[in-house]
Amino acid sequence: MKVGDLSMSALRSRLAQGDLTLRVPPFVARLQSNIERVARDLHLLYADFELGSPDDFADFHLEVLLERGLRRWVKPMARFFADGEAAFSPLPAEQAFHMVEWGLNWAVSTMAHPYLSYHAAALEQGGRALMMPAPPGSGKSTLSAALAHRGWRLLSDEIALYDLERRQMTGMGRPVNLKNTSIPLIQAFAPQAQLTKPVPDTLKGTLALMKAPGESVARIREPARPAWIVTPRYQAGAEPTLSPLPKARMLLLLAEQSFNYDLHGRDGFEATAGLVDPCECFEFIYSSLDAAVLCIQQMADSTP
Amino acid sequence: MKARIPLLLSVLRAPDLTAGLSAAEWDLLIRQARRAMLLAKLAVLLEPRLQSIPAGPRHHLSAARLTARRQTKLMHWEVAQIHRALATTGVTPILLKGAAYLMADLPASQGRLFGDVDILVPKVHIQAVEAALIAHGWGFDPNLDDYDRRYYREWMHEIPPMGHEQRGSTLDVHHTILPPTARIAVNAAALFEGTRPLASQPGVRVLDPCAMFLHSAAHLFHEGELEKGLRDLFDLDALLRDFGRDPVFWRDLLPRARRLGLTRPLFYALRYTGHFLATPVPDDVRAAVQAEARPAAPLRVLMDFCYSRALLPDHDSCNARLTPLARALLYVRSHWLRMPTGLLLRHLLRKTWMRVTQAQRQSLAGATAAAEPEQR
Repeated sequence: MKVGDLSMSALRSRLAQGDLTLRVPPFVARLQSNIERVARDLHLLYADFELGSPDDFADFHLEVLLERGLRRWVKPMARFFADGEAAFSPLPAEQAFHMVEWGLNWAVSTMAHPYLSYHAAALEQGGRALMMPAPPGSGKSTLSAALAHRGWRLLSDEIALYDLERRQMTGMGRPVNLKNTSIPLIQAFAPQAQLTKPVPDTLKGTLALMKAPGESVARIREPARPAWIVTPRYQAGAEPTLSPLPKARMLLLLAEQSFNYDLHGRDGFEATAGLVDPCECFEFIYSSLDAAVLCIQQMADSTP
Repeated sequence: MKARIPLLLSVLRAPDLTAGLSAAEWDLLIRQARRAMLLAKLAVLLEPRLQSIPAGPRHHLSAARLTARRQTKLMHWEVAQIHRALATTGVTPILLKGAAYLMADLPASQGRLFGDVDILVPKVHIQAVEAALIAHGWGFDPNLDDYDRRYYREWMHEIPPMGHEQRGSTLDVHHTILPPTARIAVNAAALFEGTRPLASQPGVRVLDPCAMFLHSAAHLFHEGELEKGLRDLFDLDALLRDFGRDPVFWRDLLPRARRLGLTRPLFYALRYTGHFLATPVPDDVRAAVQAEARPAAPLRVLMDFCYSRALLPDHDSCNARLTPLARALLYVRSHWLRMPTGLLLRHLLRKTWMRVTQAQRQSLAGATAAAEPEQR
């Protein structure tokens, strides 16, 4: 059964009881929330995700709840808990679902150790993976959102998972984070894209989440062989340019962008080197989204 | 003593129980272990049967092993750096607690997660030690206000925690077991008798087995916040089982406790390791400790009430209705042990005030400018 198959009232009730078990392959998350916005955004963004049973083993246990007391009626704030332990500052309740997403990111980046996890976007085409490691503000989420609607299967816009043993890239098909001007940009670029109602005035500006296109979720269990690693950088007015990057540089860059690289010690180094070695590595400067998507496709097509 | 036995405790005492666990029980077990900081220890105990464990929990157990191994490496480095920093002062630091178990290669260090390093130095050398540490990159929390600073300097058994600016590690420098204003007469000087060198790290020492056990026991049974309580209890159990193989340890334990002024914590240590973990102790030792250090019945009943609840993991599945009360009582008690009543009241009032106003400030701050959670 999928999230989208549940009625809103059934979803609300499971969430309120903390029974909602979401399969986010390769993980399982147990969610609890008493916030209406969370139920609605979950219904939209995770409609295609499978539900598990409350008796299943869950990797992560996350709660996003309204702060108690009089504040609840005046200016409701949401609070994040990891298995009952409070973490992070409270946020206005309208950002509650972003809190769920950040919470899931935090859980994955701190507990997903069978994988090497990187702060990077990852997409797949023809069984091959494109990885885009980059710090925030590089535009990788916007680029991922665009590519996901132009012949690429979205693995992740935020956390790329690398299976050390099978040497394959995987992701979770979770919603893409868009902010400020990216929101209208993507809406124009892909009118069929489903977005949550933008939330203004957060610390990062206006935020919205874009649902991963249906096929991305349906095929989420299919991993991909890493083929390209591209570090994107938005530069106003620039022509899309791919400049080859030495692999040694890319290795260091990936290590820097990894959440658990140091935990794996030598194995982490060897695995990251094994990830980079067969890939074509580029630095990518772009401004126009259409031109960028075309350029990336040309890169993919020209690889045997 | 009433104690609802959490799944975690049953499994740690009898790892074979895992053979029949359902998915929901594995879920609960991993959560309890994580909260109690015993996930790595659980992983060590389940190592022989790891491959037969379902993939879900198995991944988390493997991850905990990885983390413990990594922290062990970092810990060795940290101790070496501390030695280096203090080499010119002529002071030989004595490692305490987790760092000591690890560097002395004791079974208690197996599957243990390490955080802070605790060292003991004579009070007379405190300033020289502090200066040397600061010169090598350690510093105090700049947010520590004047009250807290004074609290440490005047009333505590340690100086404020020091953090290393580059490595981010924490170092607690102790100069005694209990603060000078304590109601219990503790002979700190006796701690420095009979310390042992380390094979793995010159220039750094550890307490002798009796003192090490007694110090860890005193630490646990004077502690006000017990989120590491069960973990610490397992440390005591491991120390007793290991040191207890030598009859000299048992012979010297009570006399040493007497000399240090720690017979009451010894009583509690034997009582609660026995209750929770069935730690074997020779009958004559147990009887002698009871005869000498057992508190009067009302106090004993109160302590049983508190510790039988507060030593369990601070997790919804383990907290009974009266557990918050038990924890609160032990919190107050830990401060009562450290300071005279007048001082205690002022201190608690201030702490409560700070907590209430901080919660208000946090709410306001959240409403206007929320921070994105750190991902590392």
